[in-house]
Amino acid sequence: MSNNLTVKDRLAIDRVHMPELDAELRSRNFEEVNRGLTQEEAVREAQRCIQCKNRPCVEGCPVGVSIPEFIDALAAESLPKAARILQGDNALPAVCGRVCPQESQCESKCVRGVKGEAVAIGYLERFVADWAMKNADKLRGDALPAATGKKVAVVGCGPAGLTAAGELARKGHKVTIFEALHDTGGVLRYGIPEFRLPKEIIDVEVDRLLALGVEIECNVIIGKTLTLDQLRGEFDAVFVANGAGLPVMLNLPGENLKGVYSANEFLTRVNLMEAGRNPASPTPIIKGNSVAVIGGGNTAMDCVRTARRLGAERAMIIYRRSEAEMPARIEEIRHAKEEGVEFVMLTAPLEIIGNNEGWTAALSCEKMELGQPDESGRRKPVPVPGSRYEMPVDVVVNAVGTRSNPLLTATAPDLALNKWGNIVSDDQGATSIPGVFAGGDIVRGGATVILAMGDGKQAAAAIHGYLNGGV
Amino acid sequence: MYEVISNDILAPNLHKLVVRAPRIAPVRKPGQFVIVRVGKGDERIPLTIGDADPTAGTITLFIQAIGASTQKIVAIPAGGHILDVAGPLGKPTHLDNWKRVACIGGGVGTAVLFPLVKALAATESKITTIIGGRSSQYVILADELAALSETLLITTEDGSMGRKGFVTAELSELIADPDRKPDAVFAIGPVPMMRAIAELTRPHGIETIVSLNPIMIDGTGMCGGCRVVVDGESKFACVDGPEFDGHRVDFAGLTDRLTTYRDHEAALRHAATECKLVTGVSNV
Ligand SMILES: Cc1cc2nc3c(=O)[nH]c(=O)nc-3n(C[C@H](O)[C@H](O)[C@H](O)COP(=O)(O)OP(=O)(O)OC[C@H]3O[C@@H](n4cnc5c(N)ncnc54)[C@H](O)[C@@H]3O)c2cc1C
Ligand SMILES: Cc1cc2nc3c(=O)[nH]c(=O)nc-3n(C[C@H](O)[C@H](O)[C@H](O)COP(=O)(O)OP(=O)(O)OC[C@H]3O[C@@H](n4cnc5c(N)ncnc54)[C@H](O)[C@@H]3O)c2cc1C
Ligand code: SF4
Ligand code: SF4
Ligand code: FES
Repeated sequence: MSNNLTVKDRLAIDRVHMPELDAELRSRNFEEVNRGLTQEEAVREAQRCIQCKNRPCVEGCPVGVSIPEFIDALAAESLPKAARILQGDNALPAVCGRVCPQESQCESKCVRGVKGEAVAIGYLERFVADWAMKNADKLRGDALPAATGKKVAVVGCGPAGLTAAGELARKGHKVTIFEALHDTGGVLRYGIPEFRLPKEIIDVEVDRLLALGVEIECNVIIGKTLTLDQLRGEFDAVFVANGAGLPVMLNLPGENLKGVYSANEFLTRVNLMEAGRNPASPTPIIKGNSVAVIGGGNTAMDCVRTARRLGAERAMIIYRRSEAEMPARIEEIRHAKEEGVEFVMLTAPLEIIGNNEGWTAALSCEKMELGQPDESGRRKPVPVPGSRYEMPVDVVVNAVGTRSNPLLTATAPDLALNKWGNIVSDDQGATSIPGVFAGGDIVRGGATVILAMGDGKQAAAAIHGYLNGGV
Repeated sequence: MYEVISNDILAPNLHKLVVRAPRIAPVRKPGQFVIVRVGKGDERIPLTIGDADPTAGTITLFIQAIGASTQKIVAIPAGGHILDVAGPLGKPTHLDNWKRVACIGGGVGTAVLFPLVKALAATESKITTIIGGRSSQYVILADELAALSETLLITTEDGSMGRKGFVTAELSELIADPDRKPDAVFAIGPVPMMRAIAELTRPHGIETIVSLNPIMIDGTGMCGGCRVVVDGESKFACVDGPEFDGHRVDFAGLTDRLTTYRDHEAALRHAATECKLVTGVSNV
């Protein structure tokens, strides 16, 4: 195949389709749904890119990946080059290629989307990243700079912490990550399911960090095992990236019945502890035959698709607004539908009803209709009078959101927080305490993987400046 | 990896493990616990930190082997390792200037009570400790607790040691005696015991603190699985507790939630026993 195509030739190519596991089959197993492109498909898709001089797509990417450049290298089948460009801009490309909401980021700005379909930037990113993982030997690692003798502590091993750790290690600083759980990855491991993000990918990325000399100490809870003050004493700088892992409760009657889970608990049991998907796992889970998941974001989609895979005959999304307002990625919604998930829209839960043994038996709901737009510009759902009804369910999962966990911040009185309990930081990640930086969900509230990574990268640069006597 | 320094049997199925945990030992306070995962793929379970030696960097765990995970832990010999030990978690015990305190432990709760009695012994409070067990062989830590308390009372269900009956009988007598009536009661043990004690002290307005044992995973407030209703509000026992005002706890709700995984637990226990029969290995 040649990359010397005219614009006309390029425009004539149709967007590639991601090969997927058969919906019927996959709705009962945990294998990755998107199978990845073949090299031939990827190169052809790369040739659809018309190499815009003003690079609009790059503006749509929160970390500014050199999109036209890596795509051009791919179109020319120069995979090592493509991989080097991508890895230089993005610490976790195999993750972002899978979980970024591309349709509202890079691909939303692609000029080819104006008259047709955007270049499948995410699929191409994934292809190049997966190639790089399999061909690490063909990619020369850059020699590490001499050790600076400076020590940096990173709190939390999610995407923000991992990114910052990698950036700092490549500058010669000695980095130690402290993680509360027994394993790495943060939400990438305990939240996002295997069928969207195989855990091997996190393992490979973590191994790369270890090879850079980063130390990871699990089972250390900052605010409990060690305090932020202690870290400041032992290290030259601290990056706080402990996420937003605190479930928001529904405060509905019946919320403490058996069979009612928060999304965090449901997903942690299945993803981190392998309950219900590995027969050898001693961690239990109530699988449910008829499962109602409350919420409309990525987390809700992950829960409902997990419920299907655990064997639920009926797996339902219960959402107050209509499908158009759902914050979940379009691909997740489509996949969920193909897998037999029912979408019960414009419906709000009122009460969870138990049987006489304390098990969840039904969800009492009320129909909604869309009224005037609210502050967020979304049309506000209002209850339809007299529309209350009950649907039989045996498991209810609350996926309405998370907030910042106060374990760390409660023991660091000098750290300025906003009214939601998130750490306040400037655009460099600097907090109210000199030498302490923060980023990711602990600053933004629940956001995205790529924004967390962008924060990690930004803060690493700021920390590097700080360690070199800058601001 | 956290090395098991020693593993002693105190009573049938009740082990005392000293574990190297140098980060936890110097900072833990009475009332706090750790989350333990024995090996790869195993469950995460909470265990109270029974004692600690900050200089040696060790913590003591008292473990009652009741199911698959606890059996696996007590089977680790001295020199063996636990893969993950995270903590200290939960709020430390709130100590006040009580004149008289009654500390009541039932079963493995007696071990959970131990660090608390030790902390109280360092205050001005006069301590009456009441411990109960099914029979004499289940009564643990009697000498240690006697040394720390003004009075130690023992009850057994079969009368083989101390008074025949339940800990509540001794507590009733204490309350009835104006010279010995406690201003505060700590009760740690099976849920029915804690519930009975809270009901006993309620009419007397005696502050009653219980240590709750809901099912936990992360122990850091992330999952909400450990929620218990206290004063009509959902609390996360791993961060807001595990100790709560016993007069405000919804014990019925706690009891019920503890049965969530009964079938699964029974199956695992059964599998563990079968396994032992096959390999001929046994513990205790
Ligand atoms: C189910 C689910 C699905 C999602 N799907 C997508 C998606 O498709 N695309 C997307 O872009 N985003 C998605 N998100 C959002 C995305 O995962 C988060 O925005 C991102 O993970 C935030 O990264 P972080 O590094 O800030 O925090 P986290 O990933 O939350 O990592 C924080 C880490 O810190 C640890 N920690 C917490 N407290 C302490 C402490 N006191 N001491 C030490 N360690 C601590 C935690 O255990 C955790 O490992 C999803 C989120 C969820 C929950
Ligand atoms: C804060 C706290 C402190 C504790 N301290 C001690 C202690 O010092 N010594 C001790 O022997 N036990 C203690 N426990 C109880 C101990 O965690 C359980 O006995 C253990 O988890 C049972 O696991 P298993 O697999 O052996 O038994 P299983 O057969 O799985 O369960 C037996 C019973 O244990 C409880 N249980 C099961 N899984 C969990 C879990 N993940 N978290 C909490 N409870 C569970 C349930 O009530 C269940 O019915 C404590 C519990 C809590 C919440
Ligand atoms: S990191 Fe995400 S937003 Fe940026 S180019 Fe890649 S897929 Fe698009
Ligand atoms: S906007 Fe689209 S076509 Fe233009 S350079 Fe970016 S990816 Fe290529
Ligand atoms: S154990 Fe998860 S919140 Fe308490």
